[in-house]
Amino acid sequence: MSIPRRSYDVVVVGGGNAALCAAMTAQRAGAAVLLLEAAPEAVRGGNSRHTRDIRYVHDRASAFVTGPYTAEEFWEDLQRVTGGETDEALARLTIAESADLGDWMPAHGVRWQQPLKGTLHLARTNAFFLGGGKAMVNAYYDTARKRGVEILYEAEVQGLNVDDGLFHSAVVARGGASGEVRAKAVVVASGGFEANIPWLKEYWGEAADHFVIRGTPYNQGRLLKELLAHGARAVGNPREFHAVAVDARAPKFDGGIVTRLDSVPFGIVVNREACRFYDEGEDFWPKRYAIWGGLIARQPGQIAYSIVDARGAGRFMPSVFPPLEARSVGDLADLLGLDARALVATVEAFNRSVRPGAFDPSRLDDCRTEGLEPPKSHWALPVDQPPFWAYPVRPGITFTYLGVTVNRQAQVVLQDGQPAPNIFAAGEVMAGNILGRGYLAGFGLTIGTVFGRIAGREAARHAVR
Amino acid sequence: MPSAELVQEAARQMVICNACRYCEGYCAVFPAMELRRAFAAPDLTYLANLCFDCRDCYYACQYAPPHEFAVNVPRVFAELRADTYRDYSWPRLLAGLYRRSGLAGGLISAASVAAVLFLVLVLRGPGVLLSAHVGPGAFYRVVPYAAMVLPAVAISLFGLAALLGGAARFWRDTGGSLREMLDGRALLRATADAFTLRYLGGGGAGCNYPDEGFSQARRWLHHLVFYGFLLDLAATTVAAGYDHLLGWPAPYPLLSAPVILGTLGGIMLVAGTVGLLVLKWRSDPAPAERRMVAMDVAFLLVLLLTSVTGLLLLALRETGAMGVLLAIHLGMVAALFVTLPYGKFAHLVYRYAALIRSAIEQARA
Repeated sequence: MSIPRRSYDVVVVGGGNAALCAAMTAQRAGAAVLLLEAAPEAVRGGNSRHTRDIRYVHDRASAFVTGPYTAEEFWEDLQRVTGGETDEALARLTIAESADLGDWMPAHGVRWQQPLKGTLHLARTNAFFLGGGKAMVNAYYDTARKRGVEILYEAEVQGLNVDDGLFHSAVVARGGASGEVRAKAVVVASGGFEANIPWLKEYWGEAADHFVIRGTPYNQGRLLKELLAHGARAVGNPREFHAVAVDARAPKFDGGIVTRLDSVPFGIVVNREACRFYDEGEDFWPKRYAIWGGLIARQPGQIAYSIVDARGAGRFMPSVFPPLEARSVGDLADLLGLDARALVATVEAFNRSVRPGAFDPSRLDDCRTEGLEPPKSHWALPVDQPPFWAYPVRPGITFTYLGVTVNRQAQVVLQDGQPAPNIFAAGEVMAGNILGRGYLAGFGLTIGTVFGRIAGREAARHAVR
Repeated sequence: MPSAELVQEAARQMVICNACRYCEGYCAVFPAMELRRAFAAPDLTYLANLCFDCRDCYYACQYAPPHEFAVNVPRVFAELRADTYRDYSWPRLLAGLYRRSGLAGGLISAASVAAVLFLVLVLRGPGVLLSAHVGPGAFYRVVPYAAMVLPAVAISLFGLAALLGGAARFWRDTGGSLREMLDGRALLRATADAFTLRYLGGGGAGCNYPDEGFSQARRWLHHLVFYGFLLDLAATTVAAGYDHLLGWPAPYPLLSAPVILGTLGGIMLVAGTVGLLVLKWRSDPAPAERRMVAMDVAFLLVLLLTSVTGLLLLALRETGAMGVLLAIHLGMVAALFVTLPYGKFAHLVYRYAALIRSAIEQARA
């Protein structure tokens, strides 16, 4: 496989949403663009392959969203989930520039999903694209290629030649060959480092061996490390990641949406010692599901078991793996390899503490435990109706928060506070500036799209002027 | 019945799809899937026949090969459909025709043409076959009226009975009562979806056919074939009316209704079948299934040859070639109708039944 010898205006490193948005925008601005995707064509697109919907500002309902979502409400949501760990200027820029996405994305080949039946399948804050993330990625690749962006697959960027904050070329390995690709500007949009288990081990030790990576195995963080080595200023807690509870039987990488488990609020969760360790009914699952990956990561062996009885079964989205099933709690413990007496004791203590109430999964109901530590604050029903089901769960890592600092032009900011003139970053590699903590559904794509476009525009401006 | 392995594999894929649901906007299959938690053979047979093979879900799937989940819904459903056509064909003795549909289509066509030619040659003599005939009743001088009409009626009625019988058993096996089928609103919905080929539209994008790019080509070509076929049926019906009710036997002038309808239909059929064959030739084999491809090609070729011989007969009907061409064309028409219930044409009744079931289910949900 060959590596082009010519020189480009803009080279984009990465092949997901942010990279594609940068490449298409730079090309439109008149730049000669090369996009370097590390993955083979069949699995191109990074974690964007696994996405489903995007959050954006809109002032009224449309065929694709059920109501308005103002910039102010968007900002309040972001403040709430990050607890203030966000750069307000960049966050407000992202929100403001998301307002045209409803038109911009279809103009670049993406199709919105029409309501199937009434508005049952639509949301207010986020629009769903037809076919999900891979369909979106396919559309962007198609548009980029037709408009003249050069695309190389299986092109792994191993390093950047940078002098005094000025980018000269990228060192590219492809097949057995390697070479240098020269360009006037570079956009780094190559994701985080969540698939790099040795790097995760620097913070998590051997526990990282038990993590499931929900997305692409190609997010090794090589370029993130490279930018930091060239003096980029870091942002985001390197130890932190966004992780949900996934089925422990999930593939190590790329299991995506189907390995997620939504059974937690409808039963109890115990660790390897058969002990409960957190309030399963603290809040609505969509608001709380994101904390469970981190909770399980801190349990012995990084494993837990979500247990429901006949009452809970069928109340959550079907899972891709069948539950382990037994007629009694003791038998279930044997099936799971847990201490049967300990599990029976945990379940009995839980059942004794459940107060009667009116069970209602659509609201924060009054079914709760009393005198139990940790409590279950809502939807607490006794776990005593066979058959008993268990799902083994592990932390499923979606993305890491560590990134490089950028300014409003998407330029990478160096240790001395000065921006690198021709090094730009977009997507997960810089999302920590805006989403320093927590999670907001469909917001990763917002950051990637907005900063991809800014990076593409500014890189082209730098290169073509 | 489909094999246990096939049922298990299709169910495995549906469990993955049901935990994902990203494709729910493409067609009727995924909303129907979402109404279910478990997938037994009848559910899968129903879902498979609801699938139009647009392939949008295959290219949009993050779990498609090389992913270890290896989800390939168009392919596994094509396998199930091939089994459906075989299992519900009647009489069962002829189900074997599905095993080698290409060979069967070719042999039956050849035999049918040869039989008509042979009969004309033996019963009417080479003089009749090879000389020009013009004026009212010219065709009947080559093939007598009764010999043309009686076999045609018999073959058509038999084919219709075989297809309706298969559809009724399919309907019952996939969980419906016959009374339920008489749901006016569902029938209307299903008929509209069938006549517009809504689900070859892929939620507005078109289908991924012949490759990953979106295109409406297959939908339009299928329309040409379907409506061309209907025009030719209409031409035949009008001609039968002229002959039986008005006492005006064929051939008819160029500007008569049967000739205009028939010619238009024939041209549409030729364009549509050639177009579909070209698309099929160029199509990505990954989401395709071998038996179904053979079935498609056999049916398209028989349709194409029937149309071409019909158009040739029209063009040369006043020459000495008319007798031979008429015999060949009638042989092809007979082959087409003999194979209708044992080839790809059968998809029409099962898909229509599945569309009705889907309309009923969605109205209830």
